[in-house]
Amino acid sequence: MKTLADLKKIREKAQEDMKLRGGNVRIKISVGMGTSGIAMGAREVMKTFLEEIAARNLSDVLVTQTGEKGLSSMEPVVDLIEEGKPKVTYGNMNPDKVKKVVVEHIVNGRIVSDYVVATGD
Amino acid sequence: MSLKHIDLLICCGSGCISAGALKIKERFHEVLREHKATNEVNIIETGCMGPCDYGPVMVIYPEGIFYQHVTPEDVEEIVSEHFIKGRPVTRLMLQNEEKTFSIQKDVPFYQKQIKVALENCGYINPESLDEYIATGGYEALGKVLTEMSPQDVINEMKASGLRGRGGGGFPTYIKWQMVHDNKGAEKYIICNADEGDPGAFMDRSILEGDPHRILEGMMIGAYAMGANMGFFYIRAEYPLAIKRIKMAIAQAKEMGLMGENIFDSGFCFDAEVRTGAGAFVCGEETALIHSIEGERGNPTPKPPYPAVQGLWGMPTVVNNVETFGNIPTIFRKGAKWFASMGTEKSPGTKVFALTGDVRNTGLVEVPMGTTLRELIFDVGGGMIGDHKFKAVQLGGPSGGCLTVEHLDTGVDYESLKERGSMMGSGGVIVMNEEKCMVNVAKFFMDFCVEESCGKCSPCRIGLKQMLAILERITSGFGREGDIEELQRLGESISKLSLCGLGQTAPNPVLSTIRYFRDEYEAHIRDRSCATKVCKDLMHYQIDKDRCIGCSLCARNCPVKCITGSREEKYIIHQVDCIKCGNCYDVCPVKAIEKEPGMHPDTVAHRSELGKAVNRYEDL
Repeated sequence: MKTLADLKKIREKAQEDMKLRGGNVRIKISVGMGTSGIAMGAREVMKTFLEEIAARNLSDVLVTQTGEKGLSSMEPVVDLIEEGKPKVTYGNMNPDKVKKVVVEHIVNGRIVSDYVVATGD
Repeated sequence: MSLKHIDLLICCGSGCISAGALKIKERFHEVLREHKATNEVNIIETGCMGPCDYGPVMVIYPEGIFYQHVTPEDVEEIVSEHFIKGRPVTRLMLQNEEKTFSIQKDVPFYQKQIKVALENCGYINPESLDEYIATGGYEALGKVLTEMSPQDVINEMKASGLRGRGGGGFPTYIKWQMVHDNKGAEKYIICNADEGDPGAFMDRSILEGDPHRILEGMMIGAYAMGANMGFFYIRAEYPLAIKRIKMAIAQAKEMGLMGENIFDSGFCFDAEVRTGAGAFVCGEETALIHSIEGERGNPTPKPPYPAVQGLWGMPTVVNNVETFGNIPTIFRKGAKWFASMGTEKSPGTKVFALTGDVRNTGLVEVPMGTTLRELIFDVGGGMIGDHKFKAVQLGGPSGGCLTVEHLDTGVDYESLKERGSMMGSGGVIVMNEEKCMVNVAKFFMDFCVEESCGKCSPCRIGLKQMLAILERITSGFGREGDIEELQRLGESISKLSLCGLGQTAPNPVLSTIRYFRDEYEAHIRDRSCATKVCKDLMHYQIDKDRCIGCSLCARNCPVKCITGSREEKYIIHQVDCIKCGNCYDVCPVKAIEKEPGMHPDTVAHRSELGKAVNRYEDL
């Protein structure tokens, strides 16, 4: 440890490992994990999100889970909450769709309107 | 590839560990294995989160959900419902009559708190240097070493107004300046973690929960005064704190944050741990220094102050754990920010260990100047049960008690001292109306007599005399003039004792006499303890109308002083009764009552026997 820059490097890496505990989050992905969501493959969807995000090293995206959203016929349902923008809800998700959402919406900022089932609160 | 999407923070402060936190942690590992979900959850042991009374507690991120009173049986439900299905378990959240507090920061206990020294306690894994760095750790040290001169550091400390958190409230910068100005070759810095007051656990919790913070604070101090060697003096009763600080030192050395030429500034520093053998007097700085030197832990007169002639005759600074805990944040956020909190003469925040008859016992940090009412009723959640607040003892055996009329007093060094109490290290013992103040004073006096090192006679002999008088009063042999004698002794001991232990030991007695003189008088004149705590000044009685003559009390009496029959009911022979309370506990119809005051039979018996029973007669 010789300079403040060395310390900063370690800090940034460590902050990345601690991002679940708050901090710099641009987009929050909230996967509906009710009984019907899980039955329709919500766990796979969440895992794919986590894998894709880790693979792309997106440090400001947080994946979390929530309960039943009520849209049982469209499970798995996923909310994308971006600060200052209306919430986007995707329905009938599967791992392939997740990959597309990550590339298009999260990385490039273009909503994938084909999968959208609702927007706003 | 990380699939982890949950951080599970389990409080592993000593309070939660004794409530079973480690078993719960093991159970989480097991259950997650069963659910094949070990790769989704980070299980992190943290230091004390504060609300020890709710323990074992845990917080689950990213949501920040707070669970309390968790048992190993609850783990299965938390994993299958919350972790797998995303449905938090409401049953385990903190609830009151009106609402459920799901998120940690909404819990009323945390609302009025501002955490500086406890910033990371319960938030990071204390055994991980990386997590400390992630929260901005060692940034202050880097800034100090690369951008500031030692004098700049001291000036910044002066501007912050930080005062010693060990109890005395001496401005920290003055000690640093004295050692800085002393041109000795060898200088030492010592962290005083010999926390011995009954009911105090602030220092332990900080050391256990955030050891790197203390190390960083110490290194900043060492740089300012020109010391290259530091010692942590920790009592041996704190094994976890010792382990964590040793681990922190090893980690810092490995990363080059300690050792030679830190941050390429030419500053070198090393630190070692010394364990104390559990003597209260070793919290006094000269005694502590002698103990580190390998001598008997006795205090020596000041001057010479340690800043002039301390460890091995070299200039030495002794600072408390919490004092060091504030320093990194002062340099990261600025002296102005720090001074903006608290009161003008006592800036910043103070950590308190809330204990006694208060609902939320635990570790809290509030700005200086917060009133006792806010501390006890808002943060502390008020009294347990339907009991009334009677008194609060601040500063442990060195402090004094305050009463209902002082509830609106702001907690800072001066206000407390004016009212006959003191800040001390931060132990706050809350008492309800069932506590006998004479007995409380006796308890603290007993502690001080035990812990007196015996070097100076006012403390060694005087405290013993005070204790004898208190024992005489509580056993029903008190005489007129005892109160005045206690005051006279107390005042002389305060003036004449060599060190802080003796100087402050009479405080609990003096302050209880000041605010509860009527209780002392009732003990002496009426031979009566209104709270029925002092056994000699109360008695048990059987209510004949309610007694069903079951004989359970008589059969359970260890001294066979209860006689009677189904027809005539039972009576207690007062002279033989040892007040063990067995009869009171076993009576199925609650016919036995505790009554204040000595029973007339006992009074008559005592006056008949006179000297034979009064071992205080010649005192």
